[in-house]
Amino acid sequence: MNARACFHCGLPVSAGEARSLRVADGLRSFCCAGCEAAAVAISGAGLDAYYRLREQATGRPAVAARSADDHAAYDDPAFQESFVVAGADGCREAALLLAGVRCSACVWLNEQVIGRLPGVAGVSINYATRRAQVRWDPSRLQLSEILAAVARIGYRAFPYDRVRADAVHQRERRAALWRLFVAGFGMMQVMMYALPVYVAGREGGMPADVEALMRWASLALTVPVVAYSAQPFFLGAWRDLRAGRAGMDVPVALGIAVAFAASLWATLRGAGEVYFDSVTMFVFLLLAGRFLELEARHRAGGALAYLGRLMPAQAERLGQFPGPIETDRVAVSALRRGDFVLVRPGERVPADGTVAQGEGAINESLLTGESRPVAKRPGSGVIGGSVSVSAPFVVRIERVGADTVLAAIVRLVERAMTERHRLVEVADRYAHGFVLGVLLVAAATAAAWLLLAPERALWVAVSVLVVTCPCALSLATPVALTVATGELARRGMIVTRGHSIEALARATDVVFDKTGTLTHGELRVAAARALGARPIGQCEALARALEAASEHPVARALMHHTDAAQTGAGAAGRVSSHPGRGVEGDVDGIRYRLGSRAFCDELAQVSCDNAPAPHAGATVVYLVSAGAWLAQFELADTVKPGAAALMRRLEAMGKRIHLLSGDAEGPVRAVARSLGIVSARSDADPAAKQAYVTALQQAGAIVAMVGDGVNDAPVLAQANVSVALGTGAEIAQTRADAVLLSGEPGALAEAFELARSTLRVIRQNLVWAALYNLAAVPAAAAGLVTPWMAGIGMSGSSLAVVLNALRLRRRSATRRREG
Amino acid sequence: MDILYLLIPLSVVLVFLIGAVFWFALRSGQFDDLEGPGFKVLLDDDAPDEGREQ
Repeated sequence: MNARACFHCGLPVSAGEARSLRVADGLRSFCCAGCEAAAVAISGAGLDAYYRLREQATGRPAVAARSADDHAAYDDPAFQESFVVAGADGCREAALLLAGVRCSACVWLNEQVIGRLPGVAGVSINYATRRAQVRWDPSRLQLSEILAAVARIGYRAFPYDRVRADAVHQRERRAALWRLFVAGFGMMQVMMYALPVYVAGREGGMPADVEALMRWASLALTVPVVAYSAQPFFLGAWRDLRAGRAGMDVPVALGIAVAFAASLWATLRGAGEVYFDSVTMFVFLLLAGRFLELEARHRAGGALAYLGRLMPAQAERLGQFPGPIETDRVAVSALRRGDFVLVRPGERVPADGTVAQGEGAINESLLTGESRPVAKRPGSGVIGGSVSVSAPFVVRIERVGADTVLAAIVRLVERAMTERHRLVEVADRYAHGFVLGVLLVAAATAAAWLLLAPERALWVAVSVLVVTCPCALSLATPVALTVATGELARRGMIVTRGHSIEALARATDVVFDKTGTLTHGELRVAAARALGARPIGQCEALARALEAASEHPVARALMHHTDAAQTGAGAAGRVSSHPGRGVEGDVDGIRYRLGSRAFCDELAQVSCDNAPAPHAGATVVYLVSAGAWLAQFELADTVKPGAAALMRRLEAMGKRIHLLSGDAEGPVRAVARSLGIVSARSDADPAAKQAYVTALQQAGAIVAMVGDGVNDAPVLAQANVSVALGTGAEIAQTRADAVLLSGEPGALAEAFELARSTLRVIRQNLVWAALYNLAAVPAAAAGLVTPWMAGIGMSGSSLAVVLNALRLRRRSATRRREG
Repeated sequence: MDILYLLIPLSVVLVFLIGAVFWFALRSGQFDDLEGPGFKVLLDDDAPDEGREQ
């Protein structure tokens, strides 16, 4: 490993912060106290192997190693109620969500560290869901000690209070898997019995008693398939019928029931046709589609766990403010209006309130989408869930629980979501027409044959039901959607709703939110110019030295711009920062200032005439020494690479592009110009964004919204389909119809293209199913199709549908190989 | 051909037996996490000790 890179997190070690220590059989350097403590904890536990096994550098520990006291609120029995369950023999059991787990070595490390704590009865971590199940003895160990042990090695564990929901899902998944297995095994074995009958039975080569035996064997295997595996269809049909509707489950259930009853009758009587193979195959194929869908949806639902994280679980209450500063840690739910709480830098504000003491910046980007921290002083309002960037604050709580802004946003979203469910019902009603048609045709056929030839009526009617079995029709859409969902997931897009893919393909307008969607969502250096004789590289090194200790957004941008290896200048001494103006300090004995023009003017004392005018919307800082202007840095929220290419690809697909942002006009127009977007709107608050999208929809557009922050959530729900970028606020992920985990604009274009080919495949499938039915129904109604032919025809047509859908996967794989 | 009278019922019994085995596997949670156990084989407890000996 590079000597200049931190041994634990891999980030460059700055000259001023170098720490080194003998760990893991060598002298290692660390970038900060947090990394050092994490490595000591890991090494001290005899787990050096972690550094050999891990696949990538660990993240820098979010919170430097702290004591168990920090997690004390988690030991409160009232707080534990929601996520801890009492297990057998006095043990307690909790589900924890582990943040920071990146590879299998992380899972192993956490299992070892938790498992070695005295009093832990068992721990298991699910790699796929990053969820840990921990059992411990409360008389020997507190939950806070477990959380602290995880924090010491640089991860964070959160209580995962969806234990019950999770247990329900687990039961459902097992039941679904078991149903699928019963149907699958039944299908295979029944086919084994059916094939000889098809081949030999027709030519009379099979003795009647052997054929009867085959039928009884088939019956024995079909009974569990129909009675158990097909249960969801019968229950669904029953629900539909009781509600007075005819859903897709009705003909499915009827087809299964009639075909099974007729086969049963034929078996008992010893004459007529049996369709056990058709019944089992039909049930299996439908269940397989549903199971894959369930899995895909659950994986997407994992993002829901992030919702609770936006609000902190505990707060530091100041009991005697403005008296002595003495804090006690309490659960946020115990906070009341009028309480005073202390919010340290890097912590979240626990509820809405006003600043009572402290001056500094607060990052509200999760709630407002505004990337730059907002300055706060006593009297300013703060929103629960926002993060203090620089200074400690004392906040007087004004609104708690359901009254907070965050809760209100959640409610807005819920309302918008219930409104959309009605549209789904309208679409359902169209499907009923088709279903009723199928039932009527079968009934009419039965009636006609009763008049013509009563002894054949039942068989012909069953032929019609089996041959028109809505199999192909009801499989056509879900199978294609399932394949597309899996394919999208492979490219980093998680689809959370059934209609997302269809809406993505049909979208005529794509609305982008600027902050964090098309841009990085934080300040970056857009341009650096030397103003004096010094080369720009030297100026950058000076700027880096001056800002090395600061966490200000401007400092972060400058640090991001240069790298540690470039640092030619030594460390800065006597650094002092002037809020809102800049920093000053000595490097190699010379005094420098970095900051606003007025601030720099004071030191330079000469006029600066060759600095070019900056772009609108950019933040500009200058670097000066006494008597000389050295450099100008232009900082802006820069556009992500690939964003321009995305615009061109979307335009090529014929989609109109809009830019809708809560930011000021200058930056928004700059981004729109650089990407060639014509319709751009700035200063849009959540309500205005929602109104904009509604207006587009009323003009007949189908709107795809690509958003990011929490205040985008209402507009995400209003749009026909919404995509959240995974790098943004997690709450949007939970509400959006799809989440792009990579945050790469390029992947978005691929998703739109894949959605389009998915819709094309669905159309082909529906056309094929319709043609098949149009040809097969009259033939069956005329009595030309014997039931065994109908069974093969039905199975063949559903197989064709599935294979056509699988083409989606192969096609995209080829394209990738060619590309 | 008489053997069929034994083999066909036997195949039905076999299917139910396999079903029962799968049911126990499913109930004991073997299908809950399909990725993690594979890694557990590679990363077992004695790895750190080996590391110290080297």
